[in-house]
Formats: sequence, structure tokens, C-alpha cells
Amino acid sequence: MDGTALSPQAAPQAATVAADPMVPRPFRIERYIREVDGCFTLHLTPLDGQPFHYRPGQFNMLYVFGVGEVAISISGDCRDTSKLVHTIRVVGTVTTAMAKLKKGDTVGVRGPFGNPWPVDAAVGSDVLFVTGTIGLAPLRPLIYEVLHRRAEFGKVVVCYGSRGIKDILYEKLLHEWRGRFDMQVHVTVHSAPSGYRGRVGSVAAAIKAARFDAPSTLAFVCRSETMTRPAIQALNERGITNDRIYVTLERNMKCGVGFCGHCQFGPTFMCKEGPVYRYDTIEDLFMVREL
Amino acid sequence: MAQQDVTKALIGRDGLDTLIAVLARQGYSVIGPKVADGAIVYEPVETAAELPAGWLDEQEGGSYRLTRGDDDAVFAHVVGPHTWKRFLFPPRQKLWQGERKDGSYTIESAPVEVPRYAFLGVRACELKALAIQDRVFSGGQYVDPGYTARRQAALIVAVTCGRAAATCFCTSMDAGPKVTAGFDLALTELIDGDRHDFMVEAGSDQGHAILAELNGRAPSDDDLAAVESVPIRATAQMRRAMVPGVDALLKRNLEHTRWDEVAARCLNCANCTMVCPTCFCSTVEDVTDLTGDHAERWRTWDSCFTVDFSYIHGGPIRREGFSRYRQWMTHKLSNWHDQFGSSGCVGCGRCVTWCPVGIDITEEARAIRDSEGSP
Amino acid sequence: MVQVEGLGRYLAEHPFLKDMSQDSRGIVVGCAANEVFKAGEVIFREGGPADKFYLIRNGAVAIEVHVPGHEALVVETLHDGDILGWSWLIAPYKWAFDARANEVTRVISLDGKCLRAKCEADPKLGYEIYKRFIPVMAHRLSETRHRLIETITDGD
Repeated sequence: MDGTALSPQAAPQAATVAADPMVPRPFRIERYIREVDGCFTLHLTPLDGQPFHYRPGQFNMLYVFGVGEVAISISGDCRDTSKLVHTIRVVGTVTTAMAKLKKGDTVGVRGPFGNPWPVDAAVGSDVLFVTGTIGLAPLRPLIYEVLHRRAEFGKVVVCYGSRGIKDILYEKLLHEWRGRFDMQVHVTVHSAPSGYRGRVGSVAAAIKAARFDAPSTLAFVCRSETMTRPAIQALNERGITNDRIYVTLERNMKCGVGFCGHCQFGPTFMCKEGPVYRYDTIEDLFMVREL
Repeated sequence: MAQQDVTKALIGRDGLDTLIAVLARQGYSVIGPKVADGAIVYEPVETAAELPAGWLDEQEGGSYRLTRGDDDAVFAHVVGPHTWKRFLFPPRQKLWQGERKDGSYTIESAPVEVPRYAFLGVRACELKALAIQDRVFSGGQYVDPGYTARRQAALIVAVTCGRAAATCFCTSMDAGPKVTAGFDLALTELIDGDRHDFMVEAGSDQGHAILAELNGRAPSDDDLAAVESVPIRATAQMRRAMVPGVDALLKRNLEHTRWDEVAARCLNCANCTMVCPTCFCSTVEDVTDLTGDHAERWRTWDSCFTVDFSYIHGGPIRREGFSRYRQWMTHKLSNWHDQFGSSGCVGCGRCVTWCPVGIDITEEARAIRDSEGSP
Repeated sequence: MVQVEGLGRYLAEHPFLKDMSQDSRGIVVGCAANEVFKAGEVIFREGGPADKFYLIRNGAVAIEVHVPGHEALVVETLHDGDILGWSWLIAPYKWAFDARANEVTRVISLDGKCLRAKCEADPKLGYEIYKRFIPVMAHRLSETRHRLIETITDGD
């Protein structure tokens, strides 16, 4: 049989999921930051004061009173329990309503849900992050965690692509990372005004330029499904096999707890066995159209 | 003979009334089969006279008709468009309500409603379906408190089938026709010429206690033999079968052309998912009142056949009918094994009967098996 | 000549010419020369005669498009080890884009006009050259199409 039989990877901690996982916990917006490209970041604190614990790669269902819910990856530092950080892009009704909220308003939170990035699996290896546009948001908690435990890993490399030089998410942070002596950051854009001295081209080309030891590298990819395919190809061409590549995918999320059936991807519930998957365990499913 | 030791007893036709009365006295809301709108459905039952005695259901792909049988058998019909899931997993449930005040809001879970149901007439396939839904709603990391409480409170009076409809295929799904476990009481109807009795078997402490109140008589060896022959008759009548190894078969054939072929016939009407006893997909609806200060979240049945089901920003993942039909069939017959350790199908045949164009999953599976590997 | 020997060694190791027969490679080396471009220097302009192509040893080259009424746009940058220029292979042998060095860039330039003639005369050499160029162009096309999809679907 093809490799679609899955065993759950690290189970998410349900530490502070509300007693009823279908009821949103109210959180207060402490800060509202306008980001590039129609995105915004919210810093949230729980009204009941209970700290929110999560692992990198997990997501919450964010609720706007009377409007609805959306699944949004958590994009903060897991070790900073003083705030819950979400970077959100406006794509529909709920996110449009959320973008109009202000500091002091309330957002409902259900979660954390989902299978997190396996940080421990990368110990002792070079670590390569491959992402673009808003994909940096779900990867950021993982990058923070790896940097907290920097000594346990080999090379740490970020390959990031955006549409143009004005669309780079967390640009200041990328510059900070680039300035570290123990980190490589390769940023590429799809186009730039003449005179721009940085890289213009695909993220796949940036992967080619990155320096890492392929047989002992773990790659963490956060791209749209269409762009995940060429990213995997570029990683394979550099010698990273599919069992050393982790991807994060997206499906319709409603309940987040495996009841409603909407998030199914082959035999997996993306809210439980995903959204993070080791690529070799789903590579056959990935190529099936409209699965 | 000490009453407490009795696990089997024979009751007469009027024993059904006694049974219903005992259940009602114990505070149960008895739900059983009744004729309504040209079908046999599950509704509250107060006396045995309301049961569909003498009715038969003629079923085929895309067809369901009630006809009068030759005798007054109460349970000669098989299964209709209703399943027991509508009572344990109601089509509409309020999850919570919220009140907004001064920029903030509070949310309160809606109280869990736990009616005490006694299900009268649960077939072997349905018992299996209940066990399957138990794994979905009560067997995982998150438990559905409403389903679990209602299930716990429910009393099951099962019935072994003595007849199979043309769309039944429980034998090939190892789901019947004989009732073997998971019940409080199990009935087998013995009707022939001059006798009309029911063998009642207790399957739990509660069942034992109720059996004691039915004033049944000890069965003879002939009675016991007659009981054994009932499911054998049903098995002999079974006309359809699921191909063995269908779970691995479908996994190997996700890109088979048969999916396009069936998609040309499938209307995406979602009937199959509504009548299926194990389908569990749901959606949530957020509603507010006119002021916008009072919000409620409701959970309702949903179907993977809707275009919205797989919607993410930009559009649905399953844009075309072929992928939605494939999702339903591969989930039911294959992925369910990975998710819940068993098939999701119990061979009740409802999806075949209630499909307006008569799509038959046993036929689809066979077609894929027979043409595997060919272009 | 020392210069040719040095080039020969570099070209022998370059992935583009690897596994080329000794003879063919010798011909290519004969058409090769070292060149350096200053930061900001134009290497070629759209419409100009495409008589050369370049192997980038060290540096960065921006492929640009002049957009009337708009600032010129960089659509791709090429880096160490990349091949620059294929219009020398395709009639009417005119550059399709502008190319400008983003930083000090050392290249090996190859005399395309000369090589064209040699390929006409020696189809075996021609096949070796085409065999190497087609995958590079296919790859660039594929990547460009993916980037196109990303710009269209991004923000859905």
C-alpha cells in the first residue's frame, strides 16, 4: 500500500483549550500592527488571565462576534506567554471584519489545534526554512524556537520570497536575522525597480544559493500548495529527501477538533494529523487532484 | 426458575404493548418504526398498534415502496430513510449563545439536552452504525458531550432481521443480519401460521430487569431453533455484496476514470449522506439578532457533496463532482479504517435506495475492481 | 596561452560543460575570454546584437525590462555559476532583455557568433551545445510560470 497510513506525530498539548472546545475564549487586542500586503498583526491577551500555551505550527480558530470564525496560524514566540500573536491577511468576510477591530476590542479564541512542527526532529541537523509572502507568519514561531535553542542545530537558513520589495513581511525582523553571525537569510522578490541589488527570482533559485549540508538538513516549507511543489523539487535537487521535508497545508477548518469532517485530506484530519506533515507520508496524496 | 437468571424469554404479540408500557413507566421516550408519508420512519411510539405490522418495504436503487405483506409481521420491513443518529446527533443543535456588552462579550455553552430515548427496532446494521458513531464522537481526544450523554442514556431494543431488502448488503460488511452484541434487549419475531411471538434476549443489566417485567415464558428447543433460522432466511435473500478489500482497492485507484463516470450521474443532492447512519459531517452557523449584541452558534448536519464543504479562500478544493463523490466513497469505505479502525459502511443499503439516480456503491466498487489498471 | 589554459580548467569543471567531449570543449574554450563588469554597468541592451553569452563566475546580474512611463523593472537576477544569454542561439540573434551588473561581476564570455558558425559546420558540437541550453531554458521557463501563478493566486 502507498504510504498513506499515518501515525499521529507529537500530539498537541490541550493544556489551555477551554473545557468546551467549541466555545471561544475572549481575548483583548493589546496591539494592532499594520503589516504589508493587506496583512495585520494582533497581539492578544486573555480576559481570564490564564496564559495560552501552544507549540509552533499550531493554529487557533479566531472569532469575531456575530460574524464568524477563521483558522489562523499562531505567529508569535511560544515562550512568551504574555501575549498571543496572530498575523492575518484579509481574504474574506471574517478577516475583513477583524481588520476593522481596534486596540481594546475582543476576539474569541479556540485552540490551539493541530499537529505542530517537530522541532526535536531537527536537533543535530542543519535547518532550512522555505517560505514566501505571508507564509513566514506560521513559520515564525518555529524559527524563534530554533533560535532559542540555537546551539542544538547546525546551520540555520531562511529562504524567503515576496512579490516586490514593498511586500516583505516582517522586514525588520528579517534584517535582524540576517545580521546574526549564525544565520543565513536569503530574500528574493519577483520583481524590483532597476537598481535593486538584491536577488530577483524564485524561492527555488534562492534554495540553490543557500549553503547547507543536504544529507543532514531538515527543511520546513510553508508555501501555498501550488508553490510547495516547485519548492519540494528544488529541495530534492539539492539532495534533501522527502522524509526530511515538512510542509504545512490548508483545508476548510470549522470545528478544529475532528468532528465536522471539513478538513479531511485523504485519510487525515488536517486539524489533528496536520496541518504540519512530513512530506513523504503524504506525497502520493499531494499529487491527487482535488483531494 | 429464578427471574434474574433468565436471559431469554418468549412473549406473545401483546408483549410488545407491555414492553412499551414498561419503558414509558421507566421514563423513556420510546422511538420506533411507524408508517408516515409513504415510508417507515422512526418516531415516538405510544402503543404497539402504531408499529408497521403487515408492512413491507420494496427497495431498489432509487426506489422505495411500501406494500402489504402476507402476514401481520411487525418487523418484516428493514430500514427506511431515518436513522437513529437523528436522535443522538440532532440535525440542529445550539452550541452556545453570547452577549456583547461594552466592547467585550461573554459566551455560555448551551445546556446539553439529554432526553432518555428507548430505541425500539434497532437492526444489526444499525447497532454497528451506533458503535461506529460512538468511536467518532466519544472515542477520540475530544468528546462530544451531547452525543455521549444521550447515547449513555439511551436504551436499545434490537431486532434481528428475517428478511433482506434488495439493497441490503450487511453480510458482506460483517454487520448482520443477526444481532449479537451492543443491545439491552434483542427481539426476534417468530411468526408462522398460527403463532406470533417474540423471543426476547437480555444483553445488559437493564435489559434483564425489563425482561423480568415482561412475564415471558421459557422458550422450548423448537423456539430456539426457530430463532436461529430467522437471520439465515435474511442472509439467503441478500442480493448485493461489497467487494472484499475495498479499502485498499480505493486507495490504489484515486485517479480511476470511474470517478468521472459516476460523477456524470451523481446529482450532488446529498441524499446518501443524510440517510447514512454513520455520516457525521457538520457545519456551524453563526447568527445574531438585529441589534448584533446577541449571537448564537448552531451546529447542523452538513454533507461533503456541497461545493462549500471544502471551501478555502479562493475557492473550493473539490470543485468538480468527481472529487466530491470520490471523497464520500473513499472516506466511507477506505479512509474510515485509518481514522477509526473499521469501515464506515454497515451495508444498510440506504444510500442505494435513496439515491435518485440509483447509484450503487457496491456496483461502483466492483466496477473499479474489474477495470483496475485499464485505461 | 596561460589565459586559455586557466579558462580551460574552469570550463572543464563548470557544470554547464561537464561531460562534454574533449574536442567540443576545446572548441568552446577557443571562443572564451575573461571579462569584468563594474557595479551598475550595462552588459547588453534589448534589441542589441546577441553575439555572446556568459558564464557568471562571480557577481550578480539583473535581467531588466524597460517599461515606458514606468521605472525599469528587474525580473530576475543571475548569480555565480548561472548562464546569461540564449538569444545568440535564436534568430534574429537580438537580445530580448537588458542585462546590468548589480555588483562587480566577473564572467567568462563566449563568442556566440563564432560558436554559431562552428555549430553549423559541426552538428555534433551543435547538439552538445543545444543539449545543455535546452534544460537551462526549460528550467527558467518553468520557474517563471510558477512565479506567474504565485503572483496571480497570492492573496486569494
